[in-house]
Amino acid sequence: MKLPNIELLRFITAGSVDDGKSTLIGRLLHDSKSIFEDQLCAIENTTKKRGLSGVDLSLLTDGLQAEREQGITIDVAYRYFATPKRKFIIADTPGHEQYTRNMVTGASTANLAVILIDARRGVLTQTRRHAYLASLVGIPHLVVAVNKMDLVGYSQKIFDSIVEEFGRFASNLDLRNVIPIPMSALEGDMVVDRGENMPWYKGETLMEVLENIEIGHDINMEDFRFPVQWICRPQTAEWHDFRGYMGRIESGSVRTGDEITVLPSGRTSRIREIMTYDGRLIEAIAPQSVTLILEDEIDISRGDMIVKSDNLPELSKEYDAMLCWLSDEPLDVRRKYLIKHTTKTAKIMLNRLDYRVNVNTLEKEPGIEKLAMNDIARVGFKVQHALASDGYLKNHATGSFIVIDEITNNTVAAGMLV
Amino acid sequence: MGNVIHRKLTHLDVLESESIHIMREVAAECGNPALLFSGGKDSIVLLRLAEKAFRPARFPFPLLHIDTEHNFPEVIAFRDKRAFELGERLIVRSMEDSIRAKRIVLKSPDQSRNAFQSVTLLDAIEEFKFDACIGGARRDEEKARAKERIFSFRDEFGQWDPKNQRPELWDLYNTRVHPGENIRVFPISNWTEMDIWQYISREKLEIPEIYFAHEREVIRRGSSLLPVSRLVKPVGDERVETISVRFRTVGDMTCTCPVESTASTLEDIIVETATTRITERGATRMDDQTSEASMELRKKEGYF
Repeated sequence: MKLPNIELLRFITAGSVDDGKSTLIGRLLHDSKSIFEDQLCAIENTTKKRGLSGVDLSLLTDGLQAEREQGITIDVAYRYFATPKRKFIIADTPGHEQYTRNMVTGASTANLAVILIDARRGVLTQTRRHAYLASLVGIPHLVVAVNKMDLVGYSQKIFDSIVEEFGRFASNLDLRNVIPIPMSALEGDMVVDRGENMPWYKGETLMEVLENIEIGHDINMEDFRFPVQWICRPQTAEWHDFRGYMGRIESGSVRTGDEITVLPSGRTSRIREIMTYDGRLIEAIAPQSVTLILEDEIDISRGDMIVKSDNLPELSKEYDAMLCWLSDEPLDVRRKYLIKHTTKTAKIMLNRLDYRVNVNTLEKEPGIEKLAMNDIARVGFKVQHALASDGYLKNHATGSFIVIDEITNNTVAAGMLV
Repeated sequence: MGNVIHRKLTHLDVLESESIHIMREVAAECGNPALLFSGGKDSIVLLRLAEKAFRPARFPFPLLHIDTEHNFPEVIAFRDKRAFELGERLIVRSMEDSIRAKRIVLKSPDQSRNAFQSVTLLDAIEEFKFDACIGGARRDEEKARAKERIFSFRDEFGQWDPKNQRPELWDLYNTRVHPGENIRVFPISNWTEMDIWQYISREKLEIPEIYFAHEREVIRRGSSLLPVSRLVKPVGDERVETISVRFRTVGDMTCTCPVESTASTLEDIIVETATTRITERGATRMDDQTSEASMELRKKEGYF
């Protein structure tokens, strides 16, 4: 059998339980034949145990015992399915009060977000919050899934007015590609199959969008950025003087012979070889993991970044960023924290809080003194050693960072360089 | 090594690169890691990924196997052969040690030992002061796994608290632990059973024979086929049959069941995997069927 040569698409679903999010994921898995008999049998039994009939597809995404007992969903769950065209990873995030933290986590690696709207209720505060977070994290593609169309008589007028309202709001946000789809996850209309209830809708079904959307441009292919992860020095007789710089190409591409600069030192050399376990490459592209060998012996350590000499990132010790606070313990501006940016870890001082964003109204709230869990704010910080970076909008890999509390070792914030 | 012309990256290329990146992060940031190697297909893939991550140097960690001594002999022979071929250090810690030290008390000698692996694993972690254990678990295996991080933090009792996990953003992994705590790292979290088989086929990896169809004596018990062994014998009016089977997972002989199959090549297995209607654990693991939350409970106790 020929191995299917397929792409990987990661997406996130945003919405509360009431919007039918679990039913939508269940429908997607069920109609794409990604559910196994023993799973189906287990949810049939559970549906029966709860005194209901048929198969409640939303039970498919039920997770842990702790959640079933309390009727809540904890955190982000990852689900997998594939069609002959693509392999999919869903980050399924629950819609309760910790939503900002969970959605930012799930969204950080996503190519696409599906935002659910209940057709009976239209654009709500939470819809605005979800759309804002999607734009903040820079998700390239946004599907606006107007669900429960069966409960509004499959009315095109209602769909159109919701789409118009969403469009008015979204015009204030930085969203690259918005795709509205009317659907009924319960009845299966426009999820995988078109159904017969909405002949007026001529666009793609959700599955068609997931399978066909162009994602080749989601990674920055312009700027070569290679954070050094690990230095390979076998020190054996066969590989006596070998010194290879191992890492993953986070963006762009590199060829043998390219002139490179190492940051922060600024030393220059050329690429002698691009090595992999499977052989030498003439050219390598993001997101390949490779080993680079340079023409000259220069001092390079983990945390340094190799870039092309004619395309340098910013090198600075002072930055502005959008920060999403993730911890129970509020930010203490008098303390030092650690930052992990690409493969570099350094101490930082968060010395400026400009404003907090009200995620429901998008208003900027100045004059804040602290940040609590789920707060999003514009901040300024100083870092102990210079970072080689790009703005997040231009390059997610070199514009993102996490903040770690040195005392508890917890991850307390996620940041995006402005 | 010849010259390779670059091609469009497939889902396997992207998954492979993600896994290599994770392994290198472990090597760079953890003080004393180990890689859990059982001889099963997922950990065989881990070894290939480690070769891709670190060759031409040796692995920056030893291999560790927690031996239940209920393993299929073919798998143990394979484990030793593979470690030898790679020239890497293999540490084996046996559950018998924990039983002798009365750290594990079994109700009967034939009882399934999967649940008790945690004790021996935690003992080994303490003995060698490992701060990170790289394992071959996948999120598609089980619903408790679906919620686990790639870098999964464990407290000093080795316990996993699903409500208190570190948020994991982009691929910036927080590897910091206090002394006595450790992390489990799952580089193939995002791989599915199908991805594993496709990768084994693409990389032409050798796997233990029992993954391919073979004639075996089995007993039908409930919906499962139990392999007859020194530990599993027919009871009551159960009948021993010889049929063509293969294993989808290999673990404790008392609770790992084969499926009826005639798949004798990797291509056959991929076709079967593409068309099967039963999950990997649903078909093969009796210990996960005990209750709806079996895996969740075992993990909380320190199971990897």
